[in-house]
Amino acid sequence: MTKLALAQRHGLSAREFQTICELLGREPNELELGLFSLNWSEHCSYKSSKRFLKLLPTTGKRVLQGPGENAGVLELENNWCVVFKVESHNHPSAVEPFNGAATGVGGIIRDILSMGARPIALLDSLRFGDLSPFPFPKGKGSSPPSLGEGLGERSQRLLEGVVAGIAHYGNCIGIPTVGGDICFEEAYTDNCLVNTMCVGLLKKSELKRAVAQGVGNRILLVGARTGRDGIHGATFASEDLLGETEEKRPNVQVGDPFTGKLLIEATLEACQLSELIGLQDLGAGGLSTAPPEMAARGEVGMAIDIEEIPLRAEKMTPYEILLSESQERMVLCVKDGSEQKFLKIYRKWGLEADVIGEVIRERVYRIRHEGRTIAEVPVRALVEGVPEPRAEAPGSEDLSPLKGAEGACLSTLLPAQPVTSVTGWREALKKLLHSPTIGSKRWVYEQYDHTVQTNTVIGPGAHDAALLRVKGERFALAVTMGGNGRYCFLDPYEGGIRAVCEAVHNLLSVGAEPIGITDCLNFANPTDPEVLWSLDQTVRGMAQAAQAFELPFVSGNVSLYNQSERRKIYPTPIVGMIGLLTDIVHRVPMGFQREGDLLYLIGKLSGKSGGSEYLKVFYNVIGGELEPTDLELERRLLRVMLLLGGANGRSPLLRSAHDISEGGLLVALAEKGFARGLGAKLELDDLSEEEGLFGEWPSRFIVTIPPENKSAFQEILNSLDVPYRFLGTVSGRQLELNGQEISVEELRNAYESALNL
Amino acid sequence: MKEFTVRVLIEPKPELLDPQGQAVERAIKDLGLAHISQTRVGKLVKFKLKAVSLPQARERVSEIAHKLLANPVIERYSVEVEEL
Amino acid sequence: MHAAVVVFPGSNCDLDAYYVLKDLLGIETTLLWYRERDLSEYDLILLPGGFAYGDYLRAGAIARFAPVVQALPEYIEKQRGLVLGICNGFQVLTEAGLLPGALAPNINRRFICKSVKLRVENAYTPFTQLCREGELLELPIAHGEGRYIASEETIERLKRNRQILFRYYEENPNGSLESIAGIMDETGTVFGMMPHPERNCERLLGLGEGLKIFQALAQALTPGPSPVITHGRGVAQAG
Repeated sequence: MTKLALAQRHGLSAREFQTICELLGREPNELELGLFSLNWSEHCSYKSSKRFLKLLPTTGKRVLQGPGENAGVLELENNWCVVFKVESHNHPSAVEPFNGAATGVGGIIRDILSMGARPIALLDSLRFGDLSPFPFPKGKGSSPPSLGEGLGERSQRLLEGVVAGIAHYGNCIGIPTVGGDICFEEAYTDNCLVNTMCVGLLKKSELKRAVAQGVGNRILLVGARTGRDGIHGATFASEDLLGETEEKRPNVQVGDPFTGKLLIEATLEACQLSELIGLQDLGAGGLSTAPPEMAARGEVGMAIDIEEIPLRAEKMTPYEILLSESQERMVLCVKDGSEQKFLKIYRKWGLEADVIGEVIRERVYRIRHEGRTIAEVPVRALVEGVPEPRAEAPGSEDLSPLKGAEGACLSTLLPAQPVTSVTGWREALKKLLHSPTIGSKRWVYEQYDHTVQTNTVIGPGAHDAALLRVKGERFALAVTMGGNGRYCFLDPYEGGIRAVCEAVHNLLSVGAEPIGITDCLNFANPTDPEVLWSLDQTVRGMAQAAQAFELPFVSGNVSLYNQSERRKIYPTPIVGMIGLLTDIVHRVPMGFQREGDLLYLIGKLSGKSGGSEYLKVFYNVIGGELEPTDLELERRLLRVMLLLGGANGRSPLLRSAHDISEGGLLVALAEKGFARGLGAKLELDDLSEEEGLFGEWPSRFIVTIPPENKSAFQEILNSLDVPYRFLGTVSGRQLELNGQEISVEELRNAYESALNL
Repeated sequence: MKEFTVRVLIEPKPELLDPQGQAVERAIKDLGLAHISQTRVGKLVKFKLKAVSLPQARERVSEIAHKLLANPVIERYSVEVEEL
Repeated sequence: MHAAVVVFPGSNCDLDAYYVLKDLLGIETTLLWYRERDLSEYDLILLPGGFAYGDYLRAGAIARFAPVVQALPEYIEKQRGLVLGICNGFQVLTEAGLLPGALAPNINRRFICKSVKLRVENAYTPFTQLCREGELLELPIAHGEGRYIASEETIERLKRNRQILFRYYEENPNGSLESIAGIMDETGTVFGMMPHPERNCERLLGLGEGLKIFQALAQALTPGPSPVITHGRGVAQAG
């Protein structure tokens, strides 16, 4: 086989091979090809996406660390910092949901740990194909039309496996899983999405970096032994998921949360030693990518002695050792002479720890085997040398027909018969609450330990965002994660804007001020012009919204090639966001609190209903035109919500708040009732039953206030020119509208039985 | 119809990490019980099966093992079938 | 009073228990590494929740051999102090034979994390002396193996000796026999429960009802005017 053919088997293009030869001034050997193939994979190099990522704003007054490290860091108060990042584990989870999801959790935890922070929370955004519908309890209501049985079963199997894998790893390792979201859409049938976000906390002085520095300093490998796990996993994640046989796939990586937990405790102990220069998790690409990245940041070189690496399997070749993606391993750079101190800590915790190399002056990554150099590549060539793919995103005028199902707005659809007969708003509301995407995710989050660490003040299922206290401090952290792929499919630019706005709204609902973003861009094959166009548009939308709110992106991840022969996923940006609540006493609950409280809708009072769950459930339509978000209104809405929520140190004027998202106004009202079983008398006679009650246009909150706050409330809204309207009064145990009523209990039953596996 | 006793032994594929086996091995060593290596923890499924012949029984069992009992992505299995 | 919170490899509620004892109640507390054998310093040994040794094989199956657990029988025999196992700690105590019965996988075979109601069955113990009999407490559970099982004889003995301290009320989340959520040994010095009192010790996290159990322990173990409660069968004086 020629070197070029070998390079192509490694997933490198002819052009890339050419570049490698130029950078080296010679042809690479097989081991060096392996190094390049991983460093230059989409997964590690972001080669197709980095020009889009440049569009995102990354600076701000709280930013201590933006993109480019293992995770982003924002400064909070009293020298506290928050470290956070989201990462995908989509491809491994589609192949082996349990281990794929578990190792995804493990990997993102160690990214946070690499910054010196103790991980304090996990969130997950999951996307699966449509499920076969679950019946209403006690045979109430007619069951929706059945989907293709096989696909529903596959999605259910993936859901069960992924949830079990997240629970297995997260529960054992003792980090609460406090939030996230789950959606079901046909587009994710072949490629489920598993995005995991981890949040960590540390004092500013404890901040670490993934850097190697100081010639002669030692490189340590700590944690688990190296086996033949997931070799070429990163290149695997950079290809379409085709019907390959299982033998061709890399070995599935098996996560070991027990070792992962020991690694956290040992590493936090090691971080106390002043001789620690830097540390990094071995994620995708293992020893072929992490050490050169550390060397690149420190502008040094690194030499590794391959025989010093402790192995789990017999007769592993240097190629296999370097490319292994065995989990629960980290690389440390420590001051020469201090290595025994570090080895002692890790060995006390029962972990492997060995000196495997040192920092060198020459800026190369050198692999030695028994003293002989067997591979040597300039660090910069590995980390930054990859040429950008030439594909250009087509202009939007060439692709306007791709803007979703054109013309499928509700007014043109209404003459058509709904696929499910609707008899009034009560039946429609019940059915929507029972749809798996909207319904309760209790079945999922009760399998996750969300109370360990005793900081979870608002947990999963209770509000738009989770709220974590910081022991001994007045301030609290609000966290949220999610993103609507359907909106991006219909209009990627508007979808990108909404992904950011939705996260902002979630934080504002609990009374917190949004301070920073992490994101994961999940897309199909970027060599497809439509996909590239949607990526470009989505990122532009996200950037536009982030700029409007002056929010920085401090970390992120890109997952491409999420497609099969049959299906592409929707363009799915997942946004993770952190909010700061200055005084935890001023948190705002989601649900109705007291009878007699006044209900108001604030924000945009009318709009188009495109992309709504209502259209999907009742008309079987994924379509419609999206109402464009008015970012000027959004900025004012943010200020209003902060003022109403007591961000200025006063007690909040609000008794409760909830943003309106999937399902529209009535769904949000019903959800507000579930907390205490309270209902409301609604005065919405002027709203059309379908568009008005169930449409999903942006920029809206439902709030309740005690009657005595009415004038102060109105004054703030008027002064900032934010529209609002009276919706009704909190009262009784039913939702009452247009002379009809339905009990909150009946609605709750529909909601709670939506996902009951 | 004849009756057979069946034992299906499922274990993690040889190359894969087996955290459970690893933890058990470490504990056995720590207790000073023995110096052991290559510990793998799997599961045993036993049942009785009716079939016309031994080859047919084996075929049925293989199908059961492959489709349900083992996950071929991460596990391998072996089958013992004996006529009663 | 001096309390020890044991740290096994894989414990993950150790810091939560430490926080309650040390920061909320001001009790001198030590995080005790699992290799320690000398327990003579401590009036309370708390085995925290988590996944000691990853819970591989069975929850608690490997941890029971840890040096610190091996030292417990002597500690109990000498009546040196009290032992409290929470969740994984309870599992370790049953595996070690220091409490009767066993904790099997939940009836639905899944991990369950939620808030549950408990009924106090015996308020005359050092662990429950600040509760009323029949009082309802709401505490979080978070476990995959919490289904209490024991032989009929054992259950009868537990009932006769009033060793059942907590039962799940209304809903039995994991399928435990007799809805048992917490028990003590015959000497009244070793106590195990699946729910997590340390996760509900402040109003911020619920009604703070879990604190009563730690306050009761502190009261029982602090020498001073408040007498150690000794009524109720099989409850020995501790401290």
